[in-house]
Amino acid sequence: MLDSLYSILPDLNKAFFETLYMVAISLGVSLIVGLPLGVALFVTDKGLLFENVWIKQIAGILVNLIRSVPFIILLVALLPLTQLITGTTIGPTAASVSLSVAAIPFFARLVETSLREIDKGVIEAAVAVGATPWMIIREVLLPEAKPGIVQAITVTAISLLGYSAMAGIVGGGGIGDFAIRFGYYRYDNTIMFTTVVLLIVIVQLMQVIGDGVARAVNKR
Amino acid sequence: MIEVRNVTKIYTAKGKDIVGVKDVSLTIEKGEIFGIVGYSGAGKSSLLRCLNLLEKPTSGEILIDGVSITKLSKKELREERLKIGMIFQHFYLISAKTVYENIAFALKAAGKKKDEINQKTLELLQMVGLESQKDQYPAQLSGGQKQRVGIARALANDPKVLLCDEATSALDPNTTKAILSLLQSINKKLGITIVLITHEMEVVKEICHRMAVMQDGEIIETGDVYNLFAHPEKELTKTFISSVIQMNLPEPLLKGRKGVVIKIHFKGAIAEEAVVSELFQNFKVKGNILHGKIEYIQETPLGIFIMELIGDEAEVKRAIAYIKDRIENLEVVKHVA
Repeated sequence: MLDSLYSILPDLNKAFFETLYMVAISLGVSLIVGLPLGVALFVTDKGLLFENVWIKQIAGILVNLIRSVPFIILLVALLPLTQLITGTTIGPTAASVSLSVAAIPFFARLVETSLREIDKGVIEAAVAVGATPWMIIREVLLPEAKPGIVQAITVTAISLLGYSAMAGIVGGGGIGDFAIRFGYYRYDNTIMFTTVVLLIVIVQLMQVIGDGVARAVNKR
Repeated sequence: MIEVRNVTKIYTAKGKDIVGVKDVSLTIEKGEIFGIVGYSGAGKSSLLRCLNLLEKPTSGEILIDGVSITKLSKKELREERLKIGMIFQHFYLISAKTVYENIAFALKAAGKKKDEINQKTLELLQMVGLESQKDQYPAQLSGGQKQRVGIARALANDPKVLLCDEATSALDPNTTKAILSLLQSINKKLGITIVLITHEMEVVKEICHRMAVMQDGEIIETGDVYNLFAHPEKELTKTFISSVIQMNLPEPLLKGRKGVVIKIHFKGAIAEEAVVSELFQNFKVKGNILHGKIEYIQETPLGIFIMELIGDEAEVKRAIAYIKDRIENLEVVKHVA
């Protein structure tokens, strides 16, 4: 058994880095796009800084639209877009495109939810002080929601890890794909078991780090 | 200073109109502490929030120092708000920022330079007595300390007006006293006009110069605090005042009285004169003091005595006339049985 484990190590190693690569890219993109989108969903709501029914509605529908498509279908449906952006439709970079598209609305909704938990009075007090809306976003909303946003990043990262298992469809590789190909299709329980354990460890690690950071930034 | 002209605020919720403020007109003078009292739902909070346009009045006009704030653009309004500080019942500090950063935030909003922010923030911390807490987060502070941060933040840009939304209602009696005296000293030292709303008459009695009583969105009585305490006209005002000054005798005690029972309000300097003892020297009546109290409303005494006068009917009448001559407020509570 150890022998077979040893023989898969190079492949497993490669898969590990592919996963890391895909999760890192799509997490990065979803933070850069999803954070402003989440803030936009919040501040355009009724009675808030940039109240705007149209933006709110359109952004909301778009987010729900993407979120309701099963990831595996999204992965295939987005192939033309992937081709456009990366110039290819296979490999981990190509898979990162659909992973990002799936993660952006997911993360944006989580950001919106954590912003909603801020006491409206705190925002009002900042308005009464004469702060500009941008200053309120930067200095009140984001700092106040920081623990929630950190949790949102954790949840998004873990979800991306799960989604990345399907990246094998477009040749993205990664641990999940490795487990499916070597463990599931070839009935190699050792490999399947090993990779699943590895995934569990990664998820645990992400959660522990995320919780720790969230606790550290929480001043409440 | 602040002029409220026919302000009405109507809220629309689920297709129904709810009147928050009903055609209120009010003038608040420069440098005074003005209290608005009323039960919750009376519209006092809505009215206060109209003064810095956290709520936009449905109709009417509000002038601050001659500037009609209801007609300002968004940018002008933001600049005007720098000159109107506000503190809240639940403080509303930014929990992710330290005491120092919370105060500095207000200065940043005014576009001040870094050095200036630092200097002014330290000055404010000293004024509210929180120098040693400057790097703590709001969660580490007591209620009174949080309100001090709120006050420092509100005063950061040297406002002309300070609005207090039930600022002491979440605090214990001792802390309330301390915060009130801080507000009073700010008013005296900096000459800032303070408008406060409260349901606690104690607060009004302690620091307000003038007051208004609100009910169902309307102001039903306005006046000098001392005069309103001495001669409240509306039922609601009387109820509020009796919450801090007990002025009525219990019914059973009144029933057993044989003589004429009178109630006298001594106002101001006369409260310290010997009117009662002169009365007994000059007239052949016996006096029986049933209730007596001198309240100090911001250092002006207000005496309330309830006395039973026993003696010859004509002599009692003359005695009452004598007091009436010297004191404007005498009420015969019970005539001879």
